Amino acid sequence: MALDTPGAALTPAISFRHVSKVFGGVHALDDVDFEVMPGEVHCLAGENGCGKSTLIKIITGVYTPELGVEMAFFGRRVASVTPNIARQNGIAVIWQDLALFPEMSVAENIAFETLLGNLPRLVSYRSLRARSAAILETLGEDIDLDARLNTLPIAQRQIVAIARALISDAKLIFMDEPTASLTQSETDSLLGVVRKLAARGVSVVFVSHRLAEVLDIADRVTVLRDGKLVGVFEAEGMTQSRLTELMTGKTFGAEVAARDMTGAPAVLEVEGLSRHGEFEDVSLTVHKGEVVGLTGLIGAGRSELGHALFGMTRPDTGAIRLLGRALHLRSNRDAVAEGIAYVSEDRLSLGLVQPQAIADNIVLPILSRISRRTGLISPTEKAGRVEHWLRELSIKAGQPGDPVSTLSGGNQQRVVLAKWLATNPRVLILDSPTVGVDVGARAGIFRIIRVLAEKGLAILMISDEVPEVYFNADRVLHMAGGRIRGEYDPRKVTLKELEAAVYG
Amino acid sequence: MSRLLSRLRATYGDDVLGLMAFLLLAVVGFSLATPKFLSAANFDSMAFQLPVLGLLTLAMLAPIISGGLNLAIIFTANISGLTLAAILNYYGGVDAPFWAFLVGTGAALLVGAFFGFLMGVVIAYVGAHPILVSLAMMIFLRGLGEFLTRGGDISGFPDYLKPIGHGFILGVPVPLIIFAVVAFAMHVLLSHTRHGFSVYMIGSNIDATRYSGVHTQRTLTLIYTISGLLCAIAGILMLTRFNSVRVGHGEALLLVTVLACFLGGVDPFGGFGRVVPVVLALVILQVLSSGLNLLGANQHLSTAVWGLFLIAVMILRFVAGRVRERFEKRRN
Repeated sequence: MALDTPGAALTPAISFRHVSKVFGGVHALDDVDFEVMPGEVHCLAGENGCGKSTLIKIITGVYTPELGVEMAFFGRRVASVTPNIARQNGIAVIWQDLALFPEMSVAENIAFETLLGNLPRLVSYRSLRARSAAILETLGEDIDLDARLNTLPIAQRQIVAIARALISDAKLIFMDEPTASLTQSETDSLLGVVRKLAARGVSVVFVSHRLAEVLDIADRVTVLRDGKLVGVFEAEGMTQSRLTELMTGKTFGAEVAARDMTGAPAVLEVEGLSRHGEFEDVSLTVHKGEVVGLTGLIGAGRSELGHALFGMTRPDTGAIRLLGRALHLRSNRDAVAEGIAYVSEDRLSLGLVQPQAIADNIVLPILSRISRRTGLISPTEKAGRVEHWLRELSIKAGQPGDPVSTLSGGNQQRVVLAKWLATNPRVLILDSPTVGVDVGARAGIFRIIRVLAEKGLAILMISDEVPEVYFNADRVLHMAGGRIRGEYDPRKVTLKELEAAVYG
Repeated sequence: MSRLLSRLRATYGDDVLGLMAFLLLAVVGFSLATPKFLSAANFDSMAFQLPVLGLLTLAMLAPIISGGLNLAIIFTANISGLTLAAILNYYGGVDAPFWAFLVGTGAALLVGAFFGFLMGVVIAYVGAHPILVSLAMMIFLRGLGEFLTRGGDISGFPDYLKPIGHGFILGVPVPLIIFAVVAFAMHVLLSHTRHGFSVYMIGSNIDATRYSGVHTQRTLTLIYTISGLLCAIAGILMLTRFNSVRVGHGEALLLVTVLACFLGGVDPFGGFGRVVPVVLALVILQVLSSGLNLLGANQHLSTAVWGLFLIAVMILRFVAGRVRERFEKRRN
């Protein structure tokens, strides 16, 4: 593979060859090569479980690779890597949870490692602040050094994490899903910081599900699948669909699935709905069997609208009608009773009770329906429903009694769908249904959504990924600044036009 | 043998079997050490001592599973006992008629449930942390009780109360029967009803539970109301056992109830815990204390042994977890 990257002539910052790792007889990694040039932005792509994290952990000395590996930092061969050796060679990792100290100040977080020592000694807060300020300045970021970390938005915490890596002279930074919880503009500014790092000669390895930004920022992409190296590719000229194929080994036909369902009876009608500071004068209709896509940037008020339709918040003015009847939702329990189901975008903390059993999560919204008149839960009724939905949505679970957290993102999302379908809803509101779901598993989720629509369910699908709604919805509504700005028929516009309207 | 073991494991779970083994060990050890341990007198004395701690522990259990704590259990029990004592005294003390006891018991149960309800409402609707709310309630109830009794005892109750605290039905001590009935009811409530189901879910993630359409505020309120009710039962039983009521009676039991819960495998962070292992843990604590007592050890020593025992159990659980992990890895 020809290398046209700026650093191609130099020695690689890291060069790991023939990396293998076996866990209990399973090859998590099988003879993988990985190389990053100084100042290169490199993307490590692959589905969950493909070996990305294992590779990062080997490079940072957390795991020991199998024999036969060749490892070098900046041209110097090493026999083994410990976390200390990795750190001395300037390797830093920013995990998705950032591993910062929420109760400490920005300056303390940045200079944390310089505060560590074997012997007790006084801390010079002045030099600590000065060094932190200097680092933030090189990043072109203005963050209050005395602010407590937990008062900052996630985007600024990311910057703090990056600054912390830089203060200990990081030369290569791994970033694990750094944009997962950022808005579009925050993502843009983070990508700006990454470019600055690269310009200063710091290499950045990006691990991200969002293929568009991967291709936007990276010089090269290393693709892993099932622990094996698929290849190293130039980002220039790579397309999202090609990358998806490489990651999953499957081809996905991207065809507009839209049908005209506006002739069917209206199920959910929203008229002039407003809630101060969230959304204004929203009117929309979802018909029986129709999938309506609602897209827009984060902060456009989409999720807030979803919350109001689910009865979690009360709108100030306007009407919500279900099958022509006006609804006055006092809580989400009213919404559930009326047949409105809501799949939250935050599966980890709102969608599922992660530590509890798969079976228990599925029956949680239908406790009253599986109970006898005495209030006792019927075990046979429960097992029957659970078995039905596990089969219906082909959820791959070890045991129904296993914690939900043991499932993959795609299967977890199926459990969320199962639990809401069990309530036998008329309207299904899906908020970002593929967040944290592997590219390969997404198609499965959309297939389920399509089948549900064909069975007559009215579906409102909220997503900030325009292609998702373009290919999977019957109609697309564009929301910005809390208002509906436009309606599009995917059969009559191109994806480019729709993206221009939303992002433009 | 191994098939029997795996069937037992499937039915009762590892935690219960481990505790059973501990119990067996303790019983065998003490019976070898002293012949008095296996005597009827010792069994009766254990059966009379266990229920008060047991009821208070059950009052602590559901709040902990729901991710909270009820620090006010002892004083809720005291205040409920006081209510009964006051009503008995008002109707003649030693000569109070039986209906006065019935009225007093009803009032005591109401008072206990009321203070629990109050805590539940504040926790559920204000969103204050259970530790703070129950701590405030504990201090309030203690102050109130001491103000009303001026720090003294209330005693002198009718004779017909004696059988409740000291009597037998079909050879079984009455307090033990009361405890068994309540424990069974709590087991059914937590493991087989909608309310119990929601308690576990709330303990693991209250927001996700609310999003699923569960009335989490009502569930939380009910948890603490029931906890208060159990305290009241404990308070009434304490009155009949000691034939007196004093604010602060049983204060030392507060942390022992927490210990018994954790010993019974309740997750300190909420979401997990069952009645059966907690009851087993209570029995073990009682066996340890009675056994040491028979050996002539100081009462304070048996408290120390309880603490050591809990630490030992934590370490053993850790080791067992590791071993299981290894075992499963090897099997893969």
